[in-house]
Amino acid sequence: MHDLAQQIVSGLATGSIFASMALALVLIYRAMGIINFAQGEMAMFTTYIAWQLVQNGMPMWAAFGATVLVAFVGGVALERLVIRPVERAPQLTVVIVTLGLFTAFNGLAGWFWGFIVKSFPTPFPTSPLQLGGVAFSAQDLGVIVVSLVTLGLISLFFQKTKLGLAMRAAALYPEESRMLGIRVGWMLALGWGLAAVVGAISGIMIAPVVFLDPNMMQTVIVYAFAAAVLGGIESPIGAVVGGLILGVGINLLGTYVDAIGNELRLAAALAVIVVVLMVKPAGLFGRATVQRV
Amino acid sequence: MAPSEGALLEARDLHARYGEIEAIRGVDLTVARGSIVALLGANGAGKTSTLRALTGTIKTTGTVVFAGRTLQRRTPEDAARIGIGHVPEGRGTLSSLSVWENLMLGAYCVSKRASVRARCDRVIGYFPWLAERKHQPAGTLSGGEQQMLAIARALMLEPQLLLLDEPSLGLGPKIVRDIFALLRTINQQDGVSILVAEQNATVALAVADHAYVLETGRVAVSGPSSELAGNDRVRRSYLGY
Ligand SMILES: Nc1ncnc2c1ncn2[C@@H]1O[C@H](COP(=O)(O)OP(=O)(O)OP(=O)(O)O)[C@@H](O)[C@H]1O
Ligand SMILES: [Mg+2]
Repeated sequence: MHDLAQQIVSGLATGSIFASMALALVLIYRAMGIINFAQGEMAMFTTYIAWQLVQNGMPMWAAFGATVLVAFVGGVALERLVIRPVERAPQLTVVIVTLGLFTAFNGLAGWFWGFIVKSFPTPFPTSPLQLGGVAFSAQDLGVIVVSLVTLGLISLFFQKTKLGLAMRAAALYPEESRMLGIRVGWMLALGWGLAAVVGAISGIMIAPVVFLDPNMMQTVIVYAFAAAVLGGIESPIGAVVGGLILGVGINLLGTYVDAIGNELRLAAALAVIVVVLMVKPAGLFGRATVQRV
Repeated sequence: MAPSEGALLEARDLHARYGEIEAIRGVDLTVARGSIVALLGANGAGKTSTLRALTGTIKTTGTVVFAGRTLQRRTPEDAARIGIGHVPEGRGTLSSLSVWENLMLGAYCVSKRASVRARCDRVIGYFPWLAERKHQPAGTLSGGEQQMLAIARALMLEPQLLLLDEPSLGLGPKIVRDIFALLRTINQQDGVSILVAEQNATVALAVADHAYVLETGRVAVSGPSSELAGNDRVRRSYLGY
Protein backbone atom coordinates (compact mmCIF):
# COMPACT_ATOMS: atom_id res chain seq x y z
CA MET A 1 0.00 0.00 0.00
CA HIS A 2 2.77 2.41 0.95
CA ASP A 3 4.46 1.62 -2.25
CA LEU A 4 1.31 2.33 -4.25
CA ALA A 5 0.83 5.73 -2.54
CA GLN A 6 4.41 6.63 -3.29
CA GLN A 7 4.03 5.60 -6.91
CA ILE A 8 0.87 7.65 -7.28
CA VAL A 9 2.49 10.76 -5.77
CA SER A 10 5.50 10.33 -7.95
CA GLY A 11 3.18 9.89 -10.95
CA LEU A 12 1.31 13.07 -10.00
CA ALA A 13 4.64 14.91 -9.88
CA THR A 14 5.59 14.00 -13.46
CA GLY A 15 1.93 14.30 -14.41
CA SER A 16 1.78 17.89 -13.18
CA ILE A 17 4.75 18.69 -15.41
CA PHE A 18 3.00 17.09 -18.39
CA ALA A 19 -0.12 19.03 -17.40
CA SER A 20 1.75 22.34 -17.35
CA MET A 21 3.45 21.77 -20.68
CA ALA A 22 0.17 20.54 -22.17
CA LEU A 23 -1.54 23.71 -20.94
CA ALA A 24 1.17 25.80 -22.61
CA LEU A 25 0.49 23.97 -25.89
CA VAL A 26 -3.28 24.43 -25.52
CA LEU A 27 -2.96 28.18 -24.79
CA ILE A 28 -1.23 28.72 -28.12
CA TYR A 29 -3.39 26.21 -29.96
CA ARG A 30 -6.56 28.03 -28.92
CA ALA A 31 -5.21 31.38 -30.02
CA MET A 32 -3.59 30.32 -33.29
CA GLY A 33 -4.84 26.86 -34.21
CA ILE A 34 -1.32 25.44 -34.35
CA ILE A 35 0.96 23.35 -32.16
CA ASN A 36 4.01 25.28 -31.04
CA PHE A 37 6.71 22.70 -31.63
CA ALA A 38 9.27 24.95 -29.95
CA GLN A 39 7.42 24.88 -26.60
CA GLY A 40 9.70 22.25 -25.05
CA GLU A 41 12.89 23.87 -26.30
CA MET A 42 11.77 27.27 -24.99
CA ALA A 43 11.33 25.61 -21.58
CA MET A 44 14.75 23.97 -21.85
CA PHE A 45 16.43 27.23 -22.81
CA THR A 46 14.94 29.16 -19.91
CA THR A 47 15.95 26.34 -17.56
CA TYR A 48 19.55 26.87 -18.69
CA ILE A 49 19.13 30.56 -17.85
CA ALA A 50 18.04 29.59 -14.34
CA TRP A 51 21.05 27.26 -14.06
CA GLN A 52 23.40 30.04 -15.20
CA LEU A 53 21.96 32.45 -12.63
CA VAL A 54 22.47 29.88 -9.87
CA GLN A 55 26.04 29.28 -11.10
CA ASN A 56 26.63 33.02 -10.85
CA GLY A 57 25.68 32.86 -7.20
CA MET A 58 22.00 33.74 -7.17
CA PRO A 59 19.88 31.87 -4.58
CA MET A 60 17.69 29.18 -6.16
CA TRP A 61 14.31 30.83 -5.59
CA ALA A 62 15.57 34.23 -6.74
CA ALA A 63 16.84 32.58 -9.91
CA PHE A 64 13.41 30.97 -10.30
CA GLY A 65 11.70 34.37 -10.11
CA ALA A 66 14.17 36.04 -12.45
CA THR A 67 13.81 33.22 -14.97
CA VAL A 68 10.04 33.48 -14.93
CA LEU A 69 10.38 37.18 -15.72
CA VAL A 70 12.88 36.56 -18.52
CA ALA A 71 10.63 33.83 -19.94
CA PHE A 72 7.63 36.16 -20.00
CA VAL A 73 9.46 38.98 -21.75
CA GLY A 74 11.15 36.48 -24.07
CA GLY A 75 7.85 34.82 -24.98
CA VAL A 76 6.20 38.17 -25.75
CA ALA A 77 9.21 39.30 -27.79
CA LEU A 78 9.29 36.02 -29.71
CA GLU A 79 5.67 36.45 -30.74
CA ARG A 80 6.12 40.08 -31.73
CA LEU A 81 9.37 39.58 -33.65
CA VAL A 82 9.13 36.09 -35.14
CA ILE A 83 5.48 34.96 -35.18
CA ARG A 84 3.79 38.25 -35.97
CA PRO A 85 5.34 38.60 -39.45
CA VAL A 86 3.78 35.23 -40.42
CA GLU A 87 0.52 35.69 -38.49
CA ARG A 88 -1.57 35.90 -41.65
CA ALA A 89 0.38 33.25 -43.52
CA PRO A 90 -1.08 29.73 -43.92
CA GLN A 91 -0.96 27.74 -40.68
CA LEU A 92 1.59 25.34 -42.15
CA THR A 93 4.00 28.28 -42.49
CA VAL A 94 3.59 29.12 -38.81
CA VAL A 95 4.18 25.48 -37.88
CA ILE A 96 7.40 25.49 -39.91
CA VAL A 97 8.49 28.66 -38.11
CA THR A 98 7.97 26.97 -34.72
CA LEU A 99 10.01 24.00 -35.98
CA GLY A 100 12.70 26.51 -36.93
CA LEU A 101 12.56 27.92 -33.39
CA PHE A 102 12.92 24.37 -32.08
CA THR A 103 16.23 23.84 -33.86
CA ALA A 104 17.37 27.39 -33.10
CA PHE A 105 16.88 27.03 -29.34
CA ASN A 106 18.36 23.54 -29.29
CA GLY A 107 21.42 24.67 -31.25
CA LEU A 108 21.86 27.87 -29.24
CA ALA A 109 21.71 25.99 -25.93
CA GLY A 110 24.31 23.52 -27.15
CA TRP A 111 26.50 26.36 -28.39
CA PHE A 112 26.29 28.38 -25.16
CA TRP A 113 26.33 25.59 -22.60
CA GLY A 114 27.53 22.47 -24.44
CA PHE A 115 25.81 19.13 -24.94
CA ILE A 116 27.24 17.54 -21.80
CA VAL A 117 24.60 16.59 -19.25
CA LYS A 118 24.67 18.86 -16.16
CA SER A 119 23.10 18.31 -12.79
CA PHE A 120 20.53 20.88 -11.71
CA PRO A 121 20.07 21.86 -8.05
CA THR A 122 16.69 21.01 -6.56
CA PRO A 123 14.89 23.90 -4.90
CA PHE A 124 13.32 21.46 -2.41
CA PRO A 125 14.65 19.63 0.69
CA THR A 126 16.41 16.36 -0.14
CA SER A 127 15.20 14.37 2.85
CA PRO A 128 11.81 12.65 2.47
CA LEU A 129 8.67 13.98 4.13
CA GLN A 130 6.59 11.72 6.39
CA LEU A 131 2.87 11.95 5.67
CA GLY A 132 0.54 9.52 7.43
CA GLY A 133 3.39 7.13 8.09
CA VAL A 134 4.53 7.04 4.46
CA ALA A 135 7.75 8.67 3.29
CA PHE A 136 7.26 10.83 0.21
CA SER A 137 9.98 12.49 -1.80
CA ALA A 138 10.00 16.22 -1.01
CA GLN A 139 10.98 16.85 -4.61
CA ASP A 140 7.79 15.13 -5.82
CA LEU A 141 5.56 16.98 -3.36
CA GLY A 142 7.27 20.29 -4.15
CA VAL A 143 6.79 19.81 -7.88
CA ILE A 144 3.12 19.01 -7.39
CA VAL A 145 2.54 22.07 -5.21
CA VAL A 146 4.41 24.49 -7.48
CA SER A 147 2.74 23.17 -10.63
CA LEU A 148 -0.76 23.17 -9.19
CA VAL A 149 -0.29 26.69 -7.77
CA THR A 150 0.88 27.84 -11.21
CA LEU A 151 -2.07 26.22 -12.95
CA GLY A 152 -4.45 27.65 -10.33
CA LEU A 153 -3.09 31.17 -10.78
CA ILE A 154 -3.40 30.92 -14.54
CA SER A 155 -6.95 29.71 -14.25
CA LEU A 156 -7.81 32.58 -11.87
CA PHE A 157 -6.21 35.02 -14.27
CA PHE A 158 -8.33 33.78 -17.19
CA GLN A 159 -11.56 33.51 -15.20
CA LYS A 160 -11.41 36.53 -12.92
CA THR A 161 -9.49 39.34 -14.59
CA LYS A 162 -10.54 41.67 -17.37
CA LEU A 163 -7.30 41.02 -19.25
CA GLY A 164 -7.75 37.26 -18.97
CA LEU A 165 -11.30 37.58 -20.29
CA ALA A 166 -10.07 39.73 -23.17
CA MET A 167 -7.42 37.11 -24.01
CA ARG A 168 -10.06 34.39 -24.13
CA ALA A 169 -12.29 36.53 -26.34
CA ALA A 170 -9.41 37.45 -28.63
CA ALA A 171 -8.47 33.81 -29.11
CA LEU A 172 -12.01 32.68 -29.90
CA TYR A 173 -13.47 35.72 -31.66
CA PRO A 174 -10.67 37.90 -33.06
CA GLU A 175 -12.80 40.05 -35.41
CA GLU A 176 -15.53 40.77 -32.87
CA SER A 177 -12.94 41.47 -30.18
CA ARG A 178 -11.24 44.11 -32.29
CA MET A 179 -14.56 45.96 -32.58
CA LEU A 180 -14.67 46.12 -28.78
CA GLY A 181 -11.26 47.81 -28.72
CA ILE A 182 -9.21 44.73 -27.76
CA ARG A 183 -5.74 44.71 -29.31
CA VAL A 184 -5.84 41.12 -30.52
CA GLY A 185 -2.21 41.01 -31.62
CA TRP A 186 -1.00 41.95 -28.14
CA MET A 187 -3.30 39.38 -26.55
CA LEU A 188 -1.58 36.75 -28.69
CA ALA A 189 1.82 38.01 -27.56
CA LEU A 190 0.69 37.84 -23.92
CA GLY A 191 -0.40 34.26 -24.58
CA TRP A 192 3.12 33.42 -25.77
CA GLY A 193 4.53 35.12 -22.70
CA LEU A 194 2.32 33.05 -20.39
CA ALA A 195 3.10 29.82 -22.25
CA ALA A 196 6.82 30.57 -21.93
CA VAL A 197 6.41 31.20 -18.17
CA VAL A 198 4.60 27.90 -17.66
CA GLY A 199 7.34 26.18 -19.68
CA ALA A 200 10.12 27.77 -17.64
CA ILE A 201 8.52 26.66 -14.38
CA SER A 202 8.09 23.11 -15.71
CA GLY A 203 11.70 23.04 -16.88
CA ILE A 204 13.05 24.12 -13.51
CA MET A 205 10.81 21.62 -11.73
CA ILE A 206 11.84 18.65 -13.84
CA ALA A 207 15.52 19.46 -14.40
CA PRO A 208 16.70 18.03 -11.02
CA VAL A 209 15.16 14.69 -12.09
CA VAL A 210 15.99 14.43 -15.80
CA PHE A 211 19.16 16.58 -15.56
CA LEU A 212 20.04 19.49 -17.76
CA ASP A 213 20.88 18.98 -21.41
CA PRO A 214 19.62 20.53 -24.64
CA ASN A 215 17.38 17.51 -25.36
CA MET A 216 15.94 17.28 -21.84
CA MET A 217 12.38 18.32 -22.77
CA GLN A 218 11.92 16.18 -25.84
CA THR A 219 10.31 13.18 -24.16
CA VAL A 220 8.34 15.49 -21.86
CA ILE A 221 6.89 17.42 -24.78
CA VAL A 222 5.72 14.21 -26.48
CA TYR A 223 3.90 13.28 -23.27
CA ALA A 224 2.52 16.81 -23.01
CA PHE A 225 1.24 16.64 -26.55
CA ALA A 226 -0.34 13.27 -25.80
CA ALA A 227 -1.90 14.74 -22.65
CA ALA A 228 -3.34 17.68 -24.59
CA VAL A 229 -4.83 15.40 -27.23
CA LEU A 230 -6.16 13.06 -24.56
CA GLY A 231 -7.89 15.92 -22.74
CA GLY A 232 -9.13 17.60 -25.90
CA ILE A 233 -6.70 19.97 -27.60
CA GLU A 234 -9.00 23.01 -27.18
CA SER A 235 -9.59 22.45 -23.46
CA PRO A 236 -7.27 23.85 -20.76
CA ILE A 237 -8.90 21.70 -18.08
CA GLY A 238 -8.59 18.72 -20.37
CA ALA A 239 -4.87 19.38 -20.75
CA VAL A 240 -4.36 19.39 -16.99
CA VAL A 241 -6.48 16.30 -16.33
CA GLY A 242 -4.88 14.53 -19.31
CA GLY A 243 -1.41 15.32 -17.97
CA LEU A 244 -2.18 14.01 -14.48
CA ILE A 245 -3.81 10.81 -15.80
CA LEU A 246 -0.85 10.22 -18.07
CA GLY A 247 1.71 10.83 -15.33
CA VAL A 248 0.08 8.47 -12.86
CA GLY A 249 -0.77 5.96 -15.57
CA ILE A 250 2.72 5.53 -16.96
CA ASN A 251 4.22 5.36 -13.50
CA LEU A 252 1.89 2.56 -12.44
CA LEU A 253 2.25 0.74 -15.76
CA GLY A 254 6.04 0.95 -15.58
CA THR A 255 6.14 -0.24 -11.98
CA TYR A 256 3.50 -2.93 -11.78
CA VAL A 257 3.37 -4.40 -15.26
CA ASP A 258 6.70 -6.17 -15.58
CA ALA A 259 6.51 -6.69 -19.31
CA ILE A 260 6.35 -2.93 -19.88
CA GLY A 261 9.10 -1.54 -17.67
CA ASN A 262 10.75 1.79 -18.32
CA GLU A 263 11.51 1.36 -21.99
CA LEU A 264 8.00 0.67 -23.22
CA ARG A 265 6.16 3.21 -21.04
CA LEU A 266 5.88 5.82 -23.76
CA ALA A 267 4.64 3.31 -26.31
CA ALA A 268 2.14 1.84 -23.84
CA ALA A 269 0.83 5.29 -22.90
CA LEU A 270 0.39 6.25 -26.54
CA ALA A 271 -1.44 2.99 -27.22
CA VAL A 272 -3.90 3.76 -24.42
CA ILE A 273 -4.46 7.23 -25.85
CA VAL A 274 -5.15 5.89 -29.31
CA VAL A 275 -7.81 3.63 -27.80
CA VAL A 276 -9.38 6.52 -25.86
CA LEU A 277 -9.47 8.68 -28.97
CA MET A 278 -11.15 5.90 -30.94
CA VAL A 279 -13.98 6.03 -28.41
CA LYS A 280 -13.95 9.82 -27.91
CA PRO A 281 -12.34 11.45 -30.95
CA ALA A 282 -12.48 15.00 -29.51
CA GLY A 283 -10.66 13.95 -26.32
CA LEU A 284 -12.01 13.60 -22.80
CA PHE A 285 -13.01 17.27 -22.44
CA GLY A 286 -13.26 18.30 -26.08
CA ARG A 287 -16.53 19.11 -27.75
CA ALA A 288 -17.38 16.76 -30.59
CA THR A 289 -18.26 19.63 -32.90
CA VAL A 290 -15.15 21.76 -32.50
CA GLN A 291 -14.78 23.82 -35.60
CA ARG A 292 -12.62 26.83 -36.23
CA VAL A 293 -14.37 29.50 -38.26
CA MET B 1 -12.87 70.88 -46.67
CA ALA B 2 -14.28 72.74 -43.70
CA PRO B 3 -16.21 70.52 -41.32
CA SER B 4 -19.91 71.28 -41.36
CA GLU B 5 -21.48 72.91 -38.35
CA GLY B 6 -22.55 70.42 -35.66
CA ALA B 7 -21.23 67.31 -37.44
CA LEU B 8 -20.08 64.44 -35.22
CA LEU B 9 -18.99 62.25 -38.10
CA GLU B 10 -18.13 63.38 -41.56
CA ALA B 11 -16.97 60.99 -44.28
CA ARG B 12 -15.83 62.18 -47.70
CA ASP B 13 -15.16 60.16 -50.83
CA LEU B 14 -15.00 56.78 -49.11
CA HIS B 15 -13.88 53.89 -51.30
CA ALA B 16 -13.55 50.30 -50.20
CA ARG B 17 -12.76 47.07 -52.00
CA TYR B 18 -12.55 43.35 -51.41
CA GLY B 19 -9.78 42.30 -53.79
CA GLU B 20 -11.09 43.11 -57.27
CA ILE B 21 -14.62 43.98 -56.13
CA GLU B 22 -15.23 47.66 -55.45
CA ALA B 23 -17.87 47.61 -52.74
CA ILE B 24 -18.27 51.38 -52.28
CA ARG B 25 -17.25 54.07 -54.73
CA GLY B 26 -17.09 57.56 -53.32
CA VAL B 27 -19.58 57.72 -50.45
CA ASP B 28 -20.07 61.08 -48.69
CA LEU B 29 -21.99 61.08 -45.47
CA THR B 30 -22.53 63.20 -42.37
CA VAL B 31 -23.97 62.36 -38.98
CA ALA B 32 -25.02 65.50 -37.11
CA ARG B 33 -24.36 65.46 -33.37
CA GLY B 34 -27.33 63.98 -31.53
CA SER B 35 -29.09 62.73 -34.64
CA ILE B 36 -30.22 59.35 -35.97
CA VAL B 37 -29.16 58.66 -39.53
CA ALA B 38 -30.42 55.75 -41.61
CA LEU B 39 -28.30 54.11 -44.30
CA LEU B 40 -30.70 52.37 -46.67
CA GLY B 41 -30.17 50.16 -49.68
CA ALA B 42 -30.86 46.77 -51.19
CA ASN B 43 -28.76 43.62 -50.83
CA GLY B 44 -25.16 44.30 -51.82
CA ALA B 45 -25.64 48.07 -52.07
CA GLY B 46 -22.67 48.65 -49.79
CA LYS B 47 -24.21 49.40 -46.38
CA THR B 48 -22.02 46.97 -44.43
CA SER B 49 -18.98 48.03 -46.39
CA THR B 50 -19.65 51.69 -45.57
CA LEU B 51 -19.81 50.97 -41.83
CA ARG B 52 -16.68 48.82 -42.08
CA ALA B 53 -14.90 51.57 -44.00
CA LEU B 54 -15.74 54.09 -41.27
CA THR B 55 -14.10 51.91 -38.60
CA GLY B 56 -11.28 50.63 -40.78
CA THR B 57 -12.39 47.00 -40.69
CA ILE B 58 -11.67 46.82 -44.44
CA LYS B 59 -9.11 48.55 -46.65
CA THR B 60 -10.35 52.01 -47.57
CA THR B 61 -9.45 55.41 -48.94
CA GLY B 62 -11.18 58.70 -48.21
CA THR B 63 -11.32 60.96 -45.18
CA VAL B 64 -13.25 60.47 -41.98
CA VAL B 65 -13.52 63.26 -39.43
CA PHE B 66 -14.93 62.23 -36.05
CA ALA B 67 -15.57 64.73 -33.24
CA GLY B 68 -13.32 67.24 -34.98
CA ARG B 69 -10.43 64.83 -35.43
CA THR B 70 -9.34 63.40 -38.77
CA LEU B 71 -8.91 59.64 -38.44
CA GLN B 72 -5.81 58.89 -40.46
CA ARG B 73 -5.10 55.16 -40.19
CA ARG B 74 -8.40 53.72 -39.12
CA THR B 75 -8.60 50.43 -37.21
CA PRO B 76 -11.59 48.89 -35.42
CA GLU B 77 -9.68 48.91 -32.10
CA ASP B 78 -9.05 52.65 -32.33
CA ALA B 79 -12.62 53.34 -33.44
CA ALA B 80 -13.87 51.70 -30.24
CA ARG B 81 -11.33 53.58 -28.15
CA ILE B 82 -12.42 57.01 -29.43
CA GLY B 83 -16.09 56.27 -28.78
CA ILE B 84 -17.56 54.57 -31.84
CA GLY B 85 -19.60 51.53 -30.83
CA HIS B 86 -20.15 49.03 -33.64
CA VAL B 87 -22.97 46.49 -33.59
CA PRO B 88 -21.90 44.42 -36.59
CA GLU B 89 -23.93 42.50 -39.12
CA GLY B 90 -24.88 39.18 -37.51
CA ARG B 91 -24.61 40.79 -34.02
CA GLY B 92 -21.05 39.69 -33.24
CA THR B 93 -22.16 37.59 -30.27
CA LEU B 94 -19.28 35.98 -28.37
CA SER B 95 -21.44 32.89 -28.18
CA SER B 96 -19.47 30.61 -25.86
CA LEU B 97 -18.96 33.42 -23.31
CA SER B 98 -21.66 34.30 -20.81
CA VAL B 99 -24.04 37.23 -21.18
CA TRP B 100 -22.16 38.95 -18.37
CA GLU B 101 -18.77 38.41 -20.00
CA ASN B 102 -20.11 39.84 -23.24
CA LEU B 103 -21.20 42.97 -21.37
CA MET B 104 -17.91 43.31 -19.51
CA LEU B 105 -15.95 43.04 -22.75
CA GLY B 106 -18.07 45.89 -24.08
CA ALA B 107 -16.51 48.01 -21.34
CA TYR B 108 -12.99 46.74 -22.09
CA CYS B 109 -11.78 50.25 -22.99
CA VAL B 110 -13.41 51.91 -19.98
CA SER B 111 -10.73 51.92 -17.32
CA LYS B 112 -12.59 53.44 -14.37
CA ARG B 113 -14.41 50.78 -12.33
CA ALA B 114 -17.00 53.29 -11.18
CA SER B 115 -17.96 54.21 -14.74
CA VAL B 116 -18.24 50.54 -15.67
CA ARG B 117 -20.63 49.99 -12.78
CA ALA B 118 -22.68 53.08 -13.60
CA ARG B 119 -22.86 52.06 -17.23
CA CYS B 120 -23.89 48.57 -16.25
CA ASP B 121 -26.79 49.88 -14.15
CA ARG B 122 -27.92 52.08 -17.01
CA VAL B 123 -27.81 49.24 -19.56
CA ILE B 124 -29.65 46.89 -17.21
CA GLY B 125 -32.24 49.64 -16.83
CA TYR B 126 -32.90 49.28 -20.56
CA PHE B 127 -32.73 45.47 -20.54
CA PRO B 128 -33.66 44.18 -17.07
CA TRP B 129 -33.61 40.54 -18.27
CA LEU B 130 -29.83 40.77 -18.77
CA ALA B 131 -29.30 40.69 -15.01
CA GLU B 132 -31.37 37.54 -14.56
CA ARG B 133 -29.62 35.67 -17.34
CA LYS B 134 -26.09 36.87 -16.89
CA HIS B 135 -24.56 33.40 -16.44
CA GLN B 136 -26.19 31.98 -19.55
CA PRO B 137 -23.92 31.38 -22.59
CA ALA B 138 -24.71 34.24 -24.98
CA GLY B 139 -25.06 31.84 -27.90
CA THR B 140 -28.14 30.28 -26.30
CA LEU B 141 -30.13 33.55 -26.40
CA SER B 142 -32.79 34.02 -29.10
CA GLY B 143 -31.97 36.17 -32.13
CA GLY B 144 -33.80 39.19 -30.73
CA GLU B 145 -32.10 38.82 -27.36
CA GLN B 146 -28.70 38.55 -29.03
CA GLN B 147 -29.44 41.75 -30.94
CA MET B 148 -30.32 43.51 -27.68
CA LEU B 149 -27.21 42.10 -26.01
CA ALA B 150 -25.12 43.44 -28.90
CA ILE B 151 -26.65 46.90 -28.40
CA ALA B 152 -26.19 46.69 -24.63
CA ARG B 153 -22.58 45.64 -25.10
CA ALA B 154 -21.90 48.55 -27.45
CA LEU B 155 -23.51 50.94 -24.93
CA MET B 156 -21.09 49.76 -22.23
CA LEU B 157 -18.43 51.66 -24.13
CA GLU B 158 -20.32 54.92 -23.55
CA PRO B 159 -20.10 55.63 -27.24
CA GLN B 160 -20.64 59.04 -28.80
CA LEU B 161 -21.69 57.30 -31.97
CA LEU B 162 -23.40 53.95 -32.35
CA LEU B 163 -23.14 52.09 -35.67
CA LEU B 164 -25.72 49.36 -36.20
CA ASP B 165 -25.77 46.99 -39.14
CA GLU B 166 -29.26 45.69 -39.97
CA PRO B 167 -30.56 45.22 -36.43
CA SER B 168 -33.87 43.98 -37.90
CA LEU B 169 -32.30 41.05 -39.76
CA GLY B 170 -34.15 37.81 -39.10
CA LEU B 171 -36.39 39.25 -36.38
CA GLY B 172 -40.17 39.43 -36.12
CA PRO B 173 -42.01 42.76 -36.62
CA LYS B 174 -42.80 43.24 -32.93
CA ILE B 175 -39.18 42.86 -31.81
CA VAL B 176 -38.03 45.10 -34.65
CA ARG B 177 -40.41 47.85 -33.50
CA ASP B 178 -39.19 47.43 -29.91
CA ILE B 179 -35.58 47.69 -30.96
CA PHE B 180 -36.10 50.83 -33.00
CA ALA B 181 -38.16 52.42 -30.24
CA LEU B 182 -35.27 51.67 -27.92
CA LEU B 183 -32.78 53.29 -30.31
CA ARG B 184 -34.92 56.41 -30.17
CA THR B 185 -34.84 56.35 -26.36
CA ILE B 186 -31.10 55.81 -26.20
CA ASN B 187 -30.62 58.66 -28.65
CA GLN B 188 -32.79 61.05 -26.64
CA GLN B 189 -31.86 60.09 -23.09
CA ASP B 190 -28.15 59.36 -23.46
CA GLY B 191 -27.44 61.71 -26.34
CA VAL B 192 -25.85 58.94 -28.40
CA SER B 193 -25.77 59.69 -32.12
CA ILE B 194 -26.78 56.73 -34.25
CA LEU B 195 -25.98 55.55 -37.77
CA VAL B 196 -28.11 52.55 -38.64
CA ALA B 197 -27.88 50.49 -41.84
CA GLU B 198 -31.19 48.90 -42.79
CA GLN B 199 -33.02 47.18 -45.60
CA ASN B 200 -36.25 47.71 -43.73
CA ALA B 201 -36.70 51.32 -44.85
CA THR B 202 -40.13 51.82 -43.35
CA VAL B 203 -39.09 51.22 -39.79
CA ALA B 204 -35.75 53.00 -40.18
CA LEU B 205 -37.25 56.12 -41.74
CA ALA B 206 -39.79 56.29 -38.93
CA VAL B 207 -37.10 56.95 -36.31
CA ALA B 208 -34.32 58.57 -38.36
CA ASP B 209 -33.84 62.30 -38.74
CA HIS B 210 -31.87 61.95 -41.94
CA ALA B 211 -31.32 59.16 -44.45
CA TYR B 212 -29.01 58.09 -47.26
CA VAL B 213 -29.95 55.58 -49.92
CA LEU B 214 -27.07 53.57 -51.36
CA GLU B 215 -27.13 51.96 -54.79
CA THR B 216 -24.20 49.88 -56.07
CA GLY B 217 -21.72 51.58 -53.79
CA ARG B 218 -22.84 55.20 -54.27
CA VAL B 219 -25.26 57.52 -52.52
CA ALA B 220 -28.26 57.68 -54.85
CA VAL B 221 -30.54 59.91 -52.77
CA SER B 222 -30.22 61.61 -49.41
CA GLY B 223 -32.20 64.03 -47.29
CA PRO B 224 -34.36 64.41 -44.21
CA SER B 225 -36.35 61.24 -43.51
CA SER B 226 -39.71 62.90 -43.97
CA GLU B 227 -38.67 64.08 -47.44
CA LEU B 228 -37.34 60.66 -48.42
CA ALA B 229 -40.47 58.94 -47.21
CA GLY B 230 -42.37 61.13 -49.68
CA ASN B 231 -39.88 60.70 -52.52
CA ASP B 232 -41.46 58.64 -55.33
CA ARG B 233 -38.32 56.83 -56.32
CA VAL B 234 -37.56 55.85 -52.73
CA ARG B 235 -41.14 54.80 -52.15
CA ARG B 236 -41.22 52.57 -55.21
CA SER B 237 -37.82 50.98 -54.64
CA TYR B 238 -37.69 50.64 -50.88
CA LEU B 239 -41.05 51.21 -49.29
CA GLY B 240 -43.09 49.19 -51.73
CA TYR B 241 -46.17 51.45 -52.07
N1 LIG C 1 -16.13 39.63 -47.81
C1 LIG C 1 -16.42 40.01 -49.07
N2 LIG C 1 -15.66 39.56 -50.10
C2 LIG C 1 -15.94 39.94 -51.36
N3 LIG C 1 -16.93 40.75 -51.70
C3 LIG C 1 -17.72 41.23 -50.74
C4 LIG C 1 -17.50 40.89 -49.37
N4 LIG C 1 -18.43 41.50 -48.61
C5 LIG C 1 -19.19 42.20 -49.48
N5 LIG C 1 -18.77 42.05 -50.75
C6 LIG C 1 -19.35 42.68 -51.95
O1 LIG C 1 -19.35 44.09 -51.76
C7 LIG C 1 -20.56 44.66 -52.22
C8 LIG C 1 -21.23 45.44 -51.09
O2 LIG C 1 -21.58 44.52 -50.05
P1 LIG C 1 -22.11 44.94 -48.63
O3 LIG C 1 -22.01 43.75 -47.76
O4 LIG C 1 -21.43 46.17 -48.20
O5 LIG C 1 -23.62 45.26 -48.96
P2 LIG C 1 -24.84 45.45 -47.98
O6 LIG C 1 -25.54 46.68 -48.45
O7 LIG C 1 -24.41 45.42 -46.57
O8 LIG C 1 -25.74 44.18 -48.32
P3 LIG C 1 -26.69 43.31 -47.35
O9 LIG C 1 -27.97 44.05 -47.23
O10 LIG C 1 -26.84 42.03 -48.09
O11 LIG C 1 -25.97 43.15 -46.05
C9 LIG C 1 -21.40 43.51 -52.75
O12 LIG C 1 -21.24 43.48 -54.15
C10 LIG C 1 -20.80 42.30 -52.13
O13 LIG C 1 -20.94 41.19 -52.99
MG1 LIG D 1 -24.83 44.20 -44.98
